[in-house]
Amino acid sequence: MESHTHPHIHRDDQASKLGMWLFIFTEILLFGGLFIVYSIYRYMHQTAFHLAGEELNDTIGTINTVILLVSSMTIAMSITAMQKGNLKLVMQLIYVTVFFGLIFLVNKYFEWQVKFEHGLYPSSKFVQNLGAGDTLFFSLYFMMTGLHALHIIVGLTVLIWVAVYIKKGRVHQTKYAFLENGALYWHLVDLIWIFLFPLFYLIH
Amino acid sequence: MTDTASSQLNFFEEKGGRKGLWAWLLTTDHKRIGLMYMYVILTFFIVGVLLGLAIRLELIAPGQTIMGPQTYNSFFTLHGVIMVFVIVIPGLPAIFGNFFLPIIIGAKDVSFPKLNLFSWYLFMSGIFVVLISLFTGGGPPDTGWTFYAPYSFKTTTNMLPMVSGAFLLGFSSILTGLNFIVTVHRLRAPGMKWMKLPLFAWAIYGTGWIQLFATPIVGITLIMIVAERLLGIGFFDPALGGDPVLYQHLFWIYSHPAVYIMILPAMGIISEVIPTFARKAVFGYNAIVVSTMAIAIVGYFVWAHHMFTSGMSTTAQFIFSLMTFFVAIPSAIKVFNWVATLYKGSISLQPPLLWALGFMFLFMIGGFTGLILGALATDVHVHNTSFVVSHFHYIIFGGMGSAFFAAMHYWLPKMYGKMYNIRWANIGFGVFFIGFNVLYFPMLILGIQGMPRRYFDYLPQFTSLNVASTIGSWVMAIGLAIIITNLIKGARSGPAVGDDPWGSKALEWTIPSPPPLENFDVIPDFTETDSHKS
Repeated sequence: MESHTHPHIHRDDQASKLGMWLFIFTEILLFGGLFIVYSIYRYMHQTAFHLAGEELNDTIGTINTVILLVSSMTIAMSITAMQKGNLKLVMQLIYVTVFFGLIFLVNKYFEWQVKFEHGLYPSSKFVQNLGAGDTLFFSLYFMMTGLHALHIIVGLTVLIWVAVYIKKGRVHQTKYAFLENGALYWHLVDLIWIFLFPLFYLIH
Repeated sequence: MTDTASSQLNFFEEKGGRKGLWAWLLTTDHKRIGLMYMYVILTFFIVGVLLGLAIRLELIAPGQTIMGPQTYNSFFTLHGVIMVFVIVIPGLPAIFGNFFLPIIIGAKDVSFPKLNLFSWYLFMSGIFVVLISLFTGGGPPDTGWTFYAPYSFKTTTNMLPMVSGAFLLGFSSILTGLNFIVTVHRLRAPGMKWMKLPLFAWAIYGTGWIQLFATPIVGITLIMIVAERLLGIGFFDPALGGDPVLYQHLFWIYSHPAVYIMILPAMGIISEVIPTFARKAVFGYNAIVVSTMAIAIVGYFVWAHHMFTSGMSTTAQFIFSLMTFFVAIPSAIKVFNWVATLYKGSISLQPPLLWALGFMFLFMIGGFTGLILGALATDVHVHNTSFVVSHFHYIIFGGMGSAFFAAMHYWLPKMYGKMYNIRWANIGFGVFFIGFNVLYFPMLILGIQGMPRRYFDYLPQFTSLNVASTIGSWVMAIGLAIIITNLIKGARSGPAVGDDPWGSKALEWTIPSPPPLENFDVIPDFTETDSHKS
C-alpha cells in the first residue's frame, strides 16, 4: 500500500513492502480456494474437462499470456527507470503497462462474447444438457477468469493511482515504495494468469 | 518512563484539530480506533445476548412458546452470525490488539494507521450489509451461521446481503491481521528481541497469521455462494454436478482456525493477567510462546473434525481425529504454565484475576468436552446435539468471553484513567459464573441424552433440564448487566487512578493513564535489560 504520511510515524518502506507481500499472499490463498475446487472436479470429470477445454480459443489465450508477460516486464522496467531518475520514461512505461492491461480485457471480452453466443455459460440449458463435467468446467472458467479480470481492473486502478502520485511529486526517485507495491500487485495478476492459462487452455 | 508525561494531554483530549464525532471518525490513532471497535462490538454483544435469551425462552417448554419455527431459525442464525463474525472473531484483536499492541511493544502506533481506520470502515460496512438482510427481501436468513449448501442457495430468505456482509467482515479481519504482523516485525522498541516480546503481543502476532492464512478461503467460499445464487454457478449444487460436502470442507478450512483467532488472544490476555496478580514472572515463557505458535499451525489442519458424520474416508477421519488430539496438547501446556505461575505466588485476588481463574475453569470444561467430540466413536453419538452447542459455548463464551472481561477489568483503568467499583465487579463475576454453568451444563447432559440442536421443539422428557438452562440464562444476563453497568459507570465517573494501579511492571503500566497521543515521549530501550517481564 501507499507509504503513510502519518505525522508521528517515520517512513518505513520495508514495512510497506512487507505489508504488500502479505496481502499478495492472501490473494493467492483466495484463488487457492478455487484451485482446490478446480482440481477436485477435474479429478472427478476428466473426460468432460478434457473435451470442454478444447472449446476454448488457444490463440486468444496465448496472445493474452504474451500481453501480460510483456506488461509485467514494462512495469518492472519502470522501477529501474525510477531508480535512474528518468521520470518521463517511468510515466511512459506505466502507460504502456496500462495499455496492455486494457488490451487484455478487450480480448477477454470478445472471448467471453463468443462463449455466450455458443451457449457455453453457467446456468445455460445447453451446457447443463452436456452433463455435470461441462457445467462445472464452464462455471470454473467464468468464475476464475472473471475474478482474475476483476483483479486486472484493480491492478490498473492502482497503477493509474501511482501515475497520479508521480505527477503530484509524491512518488519520486528517493520515495517510490508505492510504485514498487503497485508493480508487485501487477506481477501477482500476471502470476495467477500463468496458472489459469495452462489449466484451462492447454491441458487437453 | 518520564514524570513530565503527566503534564501532557491524553489521547482523549488530543483531538487532532477535529471537532466532536469527527475526532473519532477520522482518527488514525490506534487507541481511538480500538475504542470505536469496542463501542460497536459491545452494542452488538447486547443484541446477540438478547437473541440468545429469546432462543432460551422458546426452549423453556416443549412446543411453541414465544415464536414459531421460522422465527426460531432466523434467531439462532442471527445470534450465530452476530456473535461469531461481529464479536468473537474481531473482538480481542480489534479492541485490545489495537489499543495495546503498539504500547506493549514500545511503538507510537501500528505500521499502517490509515489502513487501520479503513479496516474499521470495512467492518462497519460489513455490519451494515448484514443488517440490510434483516429488513429487505425474503426476511432474515435461516441457515445457521454456517450457511451450509445446498440450503444456503435454495432458501428464499435474504442470503445475499448476509453472505456479502460476512465477506466484508472477513476482509476487515485480514487487513487488521496484516497490520499487526507488520507492526510486530517493524516497530518493536530497540532491544525488544522476539523472546522478550510480551505474551499478549505473541498471541496477537500468531492470531494475525491465522487471519491471513484462513480468512481468504472463507472469502472465496462466500463469493462462490453469491455466484451460486446470482449466476447459477453450481459448485455445491448436486443437481449441477456440485458437491455440498466440498462446501463444508471449504467453510471449515476457515472456520475452524477462526476458533483459534478467538482463543489465542484470549490466552495472551490470561498470560498477562496471571503474572500481574501472582506477583511473579510467568512460568515457562518459552513454552507459552512455542505453544502459541504450535496452536496457530496445528489448528490449521483439524478442520474436518466438524464433518465426521458428513461422509469422508476412514483414513481422513483417523488423521483429522489424531490432529485434533494433538492441538489439545499446546492448549494444556498453557494451562499448566498458568497454574505453575500461581503456585507460591503472592496472589492478589482482584477482578481481572477472578476472570482469569474463571477462564481456566470454563476453558477446561470446554477443552475436555472437545476431546469427546474429537474422538470418532463418541462424536457420532453426540454430533448435532446440544452437547456440541454447550461445548463451543464453554470454549467461546466461557473462554474468549471470560478473557474479554478479564481484559476489560485489567486494562480499563489504563484506557480511561478511572477505576470501576471492585465490589460490584466481584459480584458481577459471581452471578455470571453461576448463571453460565446453570445455563450450559444441563445442555451437555441433554446432548448426551440425545436432544438435537437447532430445534424449536423437543420431547417432554427433556423439559426439566431445559427449564434449568433457561433459568440459568436469566441469572447470567443479570450478571452481564451488573458487569457492563459497573464498567460503564467506572469509565465515566470512577475515581482517577495512577499509572500503575495493579502494581504490574509491564510496559503499558509505565505510561500515564489514559495514555498520551503518541504513547511514549521517548521510545523505551530494552537493549540492556534481559527479562521480558517484571
